[in-house]
Amino acid sequence: MQKILFTLFILCVSQLVHAKLEIQIIQGNASALPIAVIPMQWRATEPRPQTGVADVVSSDLYRSGLFEPLDEQDIVDRPVDAESIRYGTWRLLKVDYIVIGHVRDAPGGTGYEIVYQLFDVHTQEALLSQVTTVGLGDLRFGAHRVADAIYEKLTGVPGAFSTRIAYISATGVGNDQNYQLFVADADGFNPQAVVGSPEPLLSPNWSPDGQALAYVSFERGNSAIYVQNVSTGQRELVSSGKGINGAPAHSPDGRYLAMTLSSSGNPEIYIRDLTTGQKRQLTQHWAIDTEPAWSPDSQWVYFTSDRGGKPQIYRVAVTGGNPSRVSLEGDYNARASISPDGTRIAMAHGRGNEYRIAVLDIDTGRTRILTPGVLDESPSFAPNGSMILYATREGPRGVLSAVSVDGNVRQRLILTEGDVREPAWSPVIR
Amino acid sequence: MNTTWRFLLALVIAVSISACKTTEPVTDTTDTDTTDTKPATEVTTAAAPDPRDYTDARNFDNSESLLSKRVIYFDFDKSEVKYEYRPIVAAHAAYVKAHSSARVTLEGHADERGTREYNLGLGERRGNAISGLLSAAGAMGNQLDTISYGEERPVCRVSDENCWWQNRRVEIVYTAR
Repeated sequence: MQKILFTLFILCVSQLVHAKLEIQIIQGNASALPIAVIPMQWRATEPRPQTGVADVVSSDLYRSGLFEPLDEQDIVDRPVDAESIRYGTWRLLKVDYIVIGHVRDAPGGTGYEIVYQLFDVHTQEALLSQVTTVGLGDLRFGAHRVADAIYEKLTGVPGAFSTRIAYISATGVGNDQNYQLFVADADGFNPQAVVGSPEPLLSPNWSPDGQALAYVSFERGNSAIYVQNVSTGQRELVSSGKGINGAPAHSPDGRYLAMTLSSSGNPEIYIRDLTTGQKRQLTQHWAIDTEPAWSPDSQWVYFTSDRGGKPQIYRVAVTGGNPSRVSLEGDYNARASISPDGTRIAMAHGRGNEYRIAVLDIDTGRTRILTPGVLDESPSFAPNGSMILYATREGPRGVLSAVSVDGNVRQRLILTEGDVREPAWSPVIR
Repeated sequence: MNTTWRFLLALVIAVSISACKTTEPVTDTTDTDTTDTKPATEVTTAAAPDPRDYTDARNFDNSESLLSKRVIYFDFDKSEVKYEYRPIVAAHAAYVKAHSSARVTLEGHADERGTREYNLGLGERRGNAISGLLSAAGAMGNQLDTISYGEERPVCRVSDENCWWQNRRVEIVYTAR
């Protein structure tokens, strides 16, 4: 009887943390790599989970827009070891790569070992032969690490599947409003609330080591900036002066926090040294200057300014100087997110009443619109530059979507209850 | 409603109020028959402040007075105070100037379009536009404060202009009178 109750409890809990993922293909990517991820044999003593390692790996690879994993129903053969792979079958199915493996107990009962191999179907060469070890309860994380390794092996770019996302969820109306800052896996699973407040929260921003989040909170009545350690929950009030305290942005080396303060009379960008607490004013203009974003080489701070009439993206040297305009197309460009290689900017791009996510190539100035809108905002680049997470609407409800940087694959994430907004993609945590 | 009509309306109201005279019981001093004395008539009197007296705190709750109007609306992406709202601002300026204990917070808001942090700036700009007019009319700096909530505290949540205009606002909040 106890066993039945326990099983029911586990089922209930697993339902609670189960988030729905809906994948929409915009147009097929002809150059996507066809790959078969064979369901892995379960050799561990714990009962096998509802979603297997192969499912998570396939979904991750598909979401990147660079792979075309074979549907499970088309996987006609289930080899577990190298000797039982019938390459002829996979060549017929037009698959270029195959992943096989099994999950077993880690020694000492501390967790699991995912034992897997990646083969090139044409050369029959083993490209990867690895064991990923994870603790109990971390199987999904292990599967994401497997997807990262496969992605890196075949594209040369490190994967971003085992990273995390932060976002804000608002529930209730009027005086019953509640805001929570969540941290979840990059595919939206396993959300954990790290801050809860009856007053608005916004602008979460990760530290470069992935250990802390800066954010804006109205809990003191006026906007204020906090920096909070994600594991311990401890936090520090970093800015609470008169006027706006907003848009915190950690520098790539983690030593500084750029922010928007309007204590001088209008919103300006400042840089605060997190060790000494000293701050330095970076912009000086009667316009609204906000939403700072650092270039990965720490040379530039990109920001939103309406000094030209309407919001556009500008940049200024970190050492100071005259800002120059960067966004050239469209009536409204704001909230820059810089790609990890520093060559592109994702931004909220507005025309009339419609707002979409666009990507701007910094060198050429060419702007490409990636999403259909019409109230898309808060773009956040994946730490490997392959995808962009952003906030969009579904009727009255805010939801998050992820789009591959070439615009070919778009995915909607339905996470927790409530109106979801303000996503921030964590750095790679090694 | 233009100034002329407002004046006429105020005039009509003033006349109607003055028509409500208070009545006093009449004592008949020649009547010596004490058993025939009638009890005094019960009468209630009510004061009605002049709605145009913007220094009178009672007018905050008087819907006839501009002091009861405490929300100013703005055009999309703009922070200019439109001409039609100037009399409301002037009324509050008169009150604040007359009461050195008065403290006002201008709470600035924006509709949902555009990014949240930029909208914090826009809300603040609108609040500052009102506070600038109040200062110019004689309110002291230490009596005024501006807080922006950007798009974070909407009064309605529909994505169309019927709702958007209601969110592009500054609320005049008295923290002390």
